[in-house]
Amino acid sequence: MSDQALTKEPLLEVIELKKYFPIRRGFFKRVVGQVKAVDNLSFFIREGETLGLVGESGCGKTTAGRSILRAIPPSSGKILFRDPTLGKVDVATLDQDQLIAVRRNMRMIFQDPYASLNPRMTLLDIVGAPLRAMKLASGKELEERVAEMLRRVGLRPEYMRRYPHAFSGGQRQRIGLARALAPNPKFIVCDEPVSALDVSVQAQILNLLQDLQVDLGLTYLFVAHDLSVVAHISDRVAVMYVGKMVELANTQELYTNPMHPYTEALMSAIPLPDPRKREKRVYLSGEVANPANPPSGCYFHPRCSYCVDICKSTEPAFEEVKPGHFVKCHRARELSLNGVAEILANR
Amino acid sequence: MPEQDQNLLLEIKGLRTYFHLAEGVVHAVDGVDLKMHRKETLGIVGESGCGKSISAYSMLRLVPPPGKIEAGEILFYKTPKDGSTNQAEIVNLTKLDPNGSEIRNIRGNYISMVFQEPMTAMSPVRTVGQQIMEAIILHQKVSKEEARKQTIEMLRRVRMSNPERVIDDYPFQLSGGMRQRAVIAMALCCRPSLLIADEPTTALDVTTEAQILNLMRDLQDEFGMAIMYITHNLGVIAEMADNVAVMYMGRVVEQADVSTIFYNPLHPYTQGLHQSIPQLKDALSRKEHKRLDVIKGMVPDPYSRLKGCPFHPRCPKFIAGVCDEVEPRMVEPEPGHTVKCHLYG
Repeated sequence: MSDQALTKEPLLEVIELKKYFPIRRGFFKRVVGQVKAVDNLSFFIREGETLGLVGESGCGKTTAGRSILRAIPPSSGKILFRDPTLGKVDVATLDQDQLIAVRRNMRMIFQDPYASLNPRMTLLDIVGAPLRAMKLASGKELEERVAEMLRRVGLRPEYMRRYPHAFSGGQRQRIGLARALAPNPKFIVCDEPVSALDVSVQAQILNLLQDLQVDLGLTYLFVAHDLSVVAHISDRVAVMYVGKMVELANTQELYTNPMHPYTEALMSAIPLPDPRKREKRVYLSGEVANPANPPSGCYFHPRCSYCVDICKSTEPAFEEVKPGHFVKCHRARELSLNGVAEILANR
Repeated sequence: MPEQDQNLLLEIKGLRTYFHLAEGVVHAVDGVDLKMHRKETLGIVGESGCGKSISAYSMLRLVPPPGKIEAGEILFYKTPKDGSTNQAEIVNLTKLDPNGSEIRNIRGNYISMVFQEPMTAMSPVRTVGQQIMEAIILHQKVSKEEARKQTIEMLRRVRMSNPERVIDDYPFQLSGGMRQRAVIAMALCCRPSLLIADEPTTALDVTTEAQILNLMRDLQDEFGMAIMYITHNLGVIAEMADNVAVMYMGRVVEQADVSTIFYNPLHPYTQGLHQSIPQLKDALSRKEHKRLDVIKGMVPDPYSRLKGCPFHPRCPKFIAGVCDEVEPRMVEPEPGHTVKCHLYG
């Protein structure tokens, strides 16, 4: 992405997004608690940018991605999307017709390429489905559009009469991508698109995603748990922990100068492909907090090695500590944490 | 015959495991040669479908039908557990009846396995304790009370918090990381001399993965066992292995110690794998539109059997007329470093 694009105004702005799942018990299905899967998320994505969203399983990153598309209805909050035809809209409050119109521009690709394609549909039906549903093309025109999409993602158009079972994991991921691209969208939520793939295929898909971004001017929200992949593809990275964003900065800044202890711990836990670096591994003890019954104060305090009294009682604010670098930690200004450079040197 | 290596634990010679299906024959393991020594960690890397898991299943004779071991030997050097003699008894695992008492005495007792999915590896309807005790009672002549005591001790060794409670928990009550600890406890309760770990941390988060890897290394020192570590993650291999075997389409294409595989890989496939992984240090410099060097194409479909080197259609150093005609032999360009490629002889 060029620096010029960085100055552009946000394509998507998420303000205090919340998604709570009720816990129901008993005969009358009384609500006895809430799982705060996404709790007060605020961020924006500029046009042509890739925002990486990382965190451990259960931290709410997938729920966040789905709520933004309103694939699941958010509990509260605003999702402001700059639609090319409708103008700036709040996706959270759109009616059904407008939602369909907006979904033309906001698309999603999924983690599991085996579960996300209907085995009874041919590629023509799969990739053509959004075009049909949105009444964008039919007949010969539809076929041509599908052929073009398949070519775009590196598949042969002759394959369009085949069924998904005839394709490998990497090829299926390309089919999912072709389906997302069919209505010519602006914004794609990529939910762990490469984590189910082998390394050599993963590299091919990452390259393809980057090429398409440049060619078609796409904007990505890239949800993943692999910090190396996220570092590779993202312009900015957001780290989530138990439903909340704990750190957000541009990629280089976040990896060289992390300010949240959780980010540091995540980075130091990555197994590096370098056998000289195997000693002195810092690792995080304990497990991710339960989002239905989170700890007091800062959710990370029971696992944090820098924890002081205030962390146990008061929840820190998500503050802009440096220009463009947001952190949710009481001690962000005083701590000096190890970034990738130190981890690579020390380990 | 040359003097027998005292430390040899396992020797696989020309192993071939095929699956005869209606669509054709899948050559899942197609001529694998490996050697393992006591207390060594051998990493086996390769992409899905390269035969790494089926090689492990072949060793325990757990290959699901219609899979069959067609040829080759798997020699296991079994030393008696009572310490009566140091002389190892050589057992050819391929000759044993897969349902016989001999292999059942080896499974879980001398060679045990940790699987990828900690949820499916355990029975959902029996407690963690019952499942671990089963292995102890089966292989050792001990009472139930003694087995329970050993189980709690074992759970403590895998650093399970509150083992007295966890022993009566069902697997669904434990988190992924805890479940994997329980599975490791189950695998180690009879002090095997070889532990096969088949992608044990792939389903886990990075922070949990780091804990489990640490745990396995400590337990290896404590119990003095060898580990065969199967994974597709080169980072984990760098972290764990002493020696590494790289597999492609049912064959070992390169084998050497871990530093050689990482700093001086010879086979074009191994080199390609290294270049395909996004590097963390890339994050330190802001490059415009960084691209990864990829291995072109994809793994051929499992029914096909290519003439010559199986990697030749994807190989950047492909020599026409040689690589697509003759299958390369295993050569040793430097001591202890073997590679199956025409570029090296």
